[in-house]
Amino acid sequence: MAASTTSRSTTGLDLDIAIRVEGLSKLYGDVQAVDGVDFAVRRGELFGFLGPNGAGKTSTLNMLTGLARLDAGTISIDGIDCTRNPKAAQHLIGVVPDESNLYPELTGFENLCFCAALYGMRRREREARARELLAQFGLAEAADRGFGGYSRGMKRKLTIAAGIIHDPPILFLDEPTTGIDVAGARQIRQLIAGLHDAGTTIFLTTHYIEEAERLCERIAFIVRGRIVRTDAVAELMQPTRDRHVLLFAVSSSDAGIVEALAEACPGCRVAGAGPGRIRVEADAPILIAPLVRLLEEHGVEVTEARQVRPSLEDVFVEVTGIEAGAMQKDKEKGGKGGGAA
Amino acid sequence: MKQWIAFWTILGKDTRSYYLKPPNISWGLLFPLAWTGMFFIRSGSGLGDIVSLLPGVVTVAILFGTTSVLAVTVTFEKKGRTFERLLLAPISLELLMLAKTSGAILFGIANAAVPVVMAAFFADLSHVAWGIAVPAVVLMAIASTFLGLFIAVSVSEVFEAQTFSNFFRFPMIFLCGLFFPIAKLPIVVRPLSYLFPVTYGADVLHAAFGAENTMPLGLDFALLGVFCAVLFALSLHNIRRRWIA
Ligand SMILES: Nc1ncnc2c1ncn2[C@@H]1O[C@H](COP(=O)(O)OP(=O)(O)OP(=O)(O)O)[C@@H](O)[C@H]1O
Ligand SMILES: [Mg+2]
Repeated sequence: MAASTTSRSTTGLDLDIAIRVEGLSKLYGDVQAVDGVDFAVRRGELFGFLGPNGAGKTSTLNMLTGLARLDAGTISIDGIDCTRNPKAAQHLIGVVPDESNLYPELTGFENLCFCAALYGMRRREREARARELLAQFGLAEAADRGFGGYSRGMKRKLTIAAGIIHDPPILFLDEPTTGIDVAGARQIRQLIAGLHDAGTTIFLTTHYIEEAERLCERIAFIVRGRIVRTDAVAELMQPTRDRHVLLFAVSSSDAGIVEALAEACPGCRVAGAGPGRIRVEADAPILIAPLVRLLEEHGVEVTEARQVRPSLEDVFVEVTGIEAGAMQKDKEKGGKGGGAA
Repeated sequence: MKQWIAFWTILGKDTRSYYLKPPNISWGLLFPLAWTGMFFIRSGSGLGDIVSLLPGVVTVAILFGTTSVLAVTVTFEKKGRTFERLLLAPISLELLMLAKTSGAILFGIANAAVPVVMAAFFADLSHVAWGIAVPAVVLMAIASTFLGLFIAVSVSEVFEAQTFSNFFRFPMIFLCGLFFPIAKLPIVVRPLSYLFPVTYGADVLHAAFGAENTMPLGLDFALLGVFCAVLFALSLHNIRRRWIA
């Protein structure tokens, strides 16, 4: 502990920093899972770690929580230097892993009480807290059923409850909605937003771009073990704010039509967007009627003209060069899509 | 204080989930019984001679009672990721592993008591030196639990843990001097006998149950203690190196 008083992690600057990571690296065999990652999460902030499969999200989270050793770098949590001693701050953190790690042979209630006891809570206190969380998470009816028989969504909810049983000021969530159906995912996001409102610092990994956009205040894009960009969501979205996109559903989208549109609308970028779809993009608002008229003059029927709001997805694709759609599909091979609905 | 709440809760959960389960109880009862019966019939002696069989049977009961359960309480939980939950808890790894092993140690001691209690119905146990028998049983239970722990944290699969523990258990039983005196073993395998903690425990039990010990008892106890400490330290080292990798 003596080391931390001399390190800069206890200087005044860091008082409102909950998690600070510098130069974090992890090598598995010849895979550089995490490669010199730096970031700082402010107290009370909901910080998103967004990246595709194998980007190094879980590896980073494991090093932060004491489940994996770091090869290089420093970690400080709530001003406590955890680089050498990962146990030093474990009483301050709650962890919700990507897969449930509760006991299938115990009931939901017993699992929560067991986890509470691991943090030194006394019997009366832990039973009350377990009941409270079971009610809050809509699991009161399943409280006395074996955890092994829970559905996937119920398991995830109980795992989150177990992660916050000791009311930790800092919470780590590893892909909390992956593999959960739309309704369940929405409920989980509401729970997370509620924790955030109550002041919990949250570090959340996800590969759902919309989820990150909706929940997080700041986001780090991680690709192949490196952070390619960290910023507030509003900042990330800034370059897309003055971009206007129209999407037409048409009876024909061949090259001639696309060219004719481009000529008629100087300053627009026009492109086919799959069969029967044309995308028009410009840096100023686009007038729809003249374009529809032009299309009709060319004998093309227009069944839909829709303005598309540029999303974080566009930013993500620009910054990382990764097709967002590919990332999502890749992940959902196993589960039912829990995408941000 | 808070750490001890975690300690007792882990121990209590393991006891309910594993040690008090019918299969484990019947295994703990049946196995020593079968061994006693087997050796009793083979020796062809009277009921009074049952006392001379006790050191061997007690040792087998401890060894099998303790080493086999660690494959479940540790390796299986690691595989099912519930062990991660324990590693995330704000308790030291030392205390955590003591909590995970205390159940097995108590289970081993309880198993050891089974043949002794049964023998009490048939034979006179008033000459037994309990003052050295009980500490020896406790130390043997600790040493063989920690041996089981060392095996359990050195592998990844439950079946590997079970295979490995047999790899140690059977040679130990035959080389520890309980069933065949070490002096009568081929000279080349004799050094092996002295590598097993059970050998020293068996030596104390011989003395306690009225036979001759071959080494000073103080040395037996000291070496058992050393085995406990070294196996526990090696197990923690392996957890830190392999599981928090
Ligand atoms: N225990 C391990 N042993 C060997 N390689 C590992 C281990 N853990 C992770 N890796 C490798 O490190 C890289 C990063 O994996 P990690 O699990 O951190 O990615 P992730 O971003 O969490 O991906 P996902 O979205 O699939 O959960 C991958 O190439 C993975 O194969
Ligand atoms: Mg992951």
